[in-house]
Amino acid sequence: MAQILNRDTALFHFLTRIGDSTLILGHRVSEWCGHSPMLEEDIALANTALDLIGHTRMWLGLAAEVEGKGRSADDLAFLRDSMDFTNLLLVEQPNGDFGQTMMRQLLFDAWHLPYLNALKSFPDPRVAGIAEKATKEVAYHVDRAADLVVRLGDGTHESHTRMQAALDELWPCVGEMFSTDEVDAMLAPDAPKPDRIRDAWDATILPTLARATLAVPATRFTRQGGKTGRHSEHLGHVLAQMQFLQRAYPGATW
Amino acid sequence: MYAQIVESTGKAVKTLNEMEGEERVFQERINAGGKIEPKDWMPDGYRKTMVRQISQHAHSEIVGQLPEGNWITRAPTLERKAILLAKVQDEAGHGLYLYCAAETLGISRDQMFDQLHSGKAKYSSIFNYPTLTWADIGAVGWLVDQAAIMNQVPLQRSSYGPYARAMVRICKEESFHQRQGFDIMMKMCEGTAAQKRMAQDALNRFWAPSLMMFGPPDADSVHSAQSMAWKIKMNSNDELRQKFVDAVVPQAEFLGLTIPDENLAWNDKKGGYDFTDPDWQEFMAVIHGNGPCNRERLAARVKAWDDGAWVRDGLNTHAAKKRKAAKPVAG
Ligand SMILES: [Fe+2]
Ligand SMILES: [Fe+2]
Repeated sequence: MAQILNRDTALFHFLTRIGDSTLILGHRVSEWCGHSPMLEEDIALANTALDLIGHTRMWLGLAAEVEGKGRSADDLAFLRDSMDFTNLLLVEQPNGDFGQTMMRQLLFDAWHLPYLNALKSFPDPRVAGIAEKATKEVAYHVDRAADLVVRLGDGTHESHTRMQAALDELWPCVGEMFSTDEVDAMLAPDAPKPDRIRDAWDATILPTLARATLAVPATRFTRQGGKTGRHSEHLGHVLAQMQFLQRAYPGATW
Repeated sequence: MYAQIVESTGKAVKTLNEMEGEERVFQERINAGGKIEPKDWMPDGYRKTMVRQISQHAHSEIVGQLPEGNWITRAPTLERKAILLAKVQDEAGHGLYLYCAAETLGISRDQMFDQLHSGKAKYSSIFNYPTLTWADIGAVGWLVDQAAIMNQVPLQRSSYGPYARAMVRICKEESFHQRQGFDIMMKMCEGTAAQKRMAQDALNRFWAPSLMMFGPPDADSVHSAQSMAWKIKMNSNDELRQKFVDAVVPQAEFLGLTIPDENLAWNDKKGGYDFTDPDWQEFMAVIHGNGPCNRERLAARVKAWDDGAWVRDGLNTHAAKKRKAAKPVAG
């Protein structure tokens, strides 16, 4: 973010951050299609992915509109490189096993819901409107992810071990969700307040982990960088796959 | 079709006069256009044939997720990604209703999965062909879903109630699938030379396998007569194949694509197109496990099932713990 921020450019960054997170998570979840542990999960995972891609179309569509340079949501999704993607590191992490996918989902959803709730009172009605529409679906995502994490955490010895491993693996990506920088500062006091979001997140996560008989990891290690375009190696591979057609056939309509 | 090689009893079809008792009541109900429901008496052969037909259809739906799922992560726009996700999700839903319909006949979903995973159960040959370019996603929707609709619309009148009702739900969604496929083809045919080349190539590869979807030629499908008498098969394979060709040829013309068949010609006398039969040897090879993707498809399903075992065990164990905890203490 070399350019000097004003409220409009800050809003653009703010919108791409959330839109990129829903896009990359939707993409990751969609990788499960046809490969999940049971037919009901094939349907449910496709449904989650579909919701997230739907949110992406709204967030990136508005980002493109705010930017006012004639780009579309598709241009933003398919024609930017990783340094311009500002999704959270958490969502680009590989699916791993089904437990890791559901743990990633829960950690994200527990942030996503209060974040959207806060955005419902954003002064720009376009932002508030998208948040309003997305909340219902995301509230369901939280319930579903929490339910599965509890059942698998408190299931067999193997399922418990796998869920704990997933939590330990993903925990360092949690802190980034509550970080702030100049983009958030520029939009203050309208942007969601990290402390409040963290409180709401704790209020979902801590009792859920307790019911799942899972231990909160002790590590203080936190990974950062997604919000400013410094990603893990995983994102480049996601983009290579996702952007293939748009890159190989520039200017074609599909 | 989605159930291409359903072997019913090899015996000659009995006439009504040769039947008595329950069997006669059963056949009379079918002749009168009535439905057979799960608790009704039915001949063993009917039950077995329906289990085969419905489970083959169910397996086809879920294996069918794979070739299309292959392009979800590479769909070219957000809208296309969403539409394809919704479509593949529908196919999983179709699998689910169909497994439920088959379960009404006394077989469990786990048993059906065992049959699929062991290679014993069949599924439609079409899903053993690869989706190599984005145009294949168009071609699958346009041709494969269209063929499915042609076969399944009459099956809404199947004598087996649960299957007929599943077909009603499924057919509604299949027509959306066909439209989105045709729409992809249209965009590509109106597009750049490279897109048009992909579209033609997809048609070249999917044409013959689509014709195979209707099953072997009538002369070779020995078990049709009984299935027709039971009203679980409404049209002959060749009849449906002809109907499909007659519908698709003008669509291909509209798209500006060439059907890969030199012998394709309008025949005034029969009021339909003459066309070359697909290679039936290839068809039998694919049905028996030796198509381009049989091994990958089956391996993907088996892997999903095996990798998911710990999840299913975990959920079952959790449920058992909850049941135990909920049990009132004996007083
Ligand atoms: Fe289907
Ligand atoms: Fe379909």
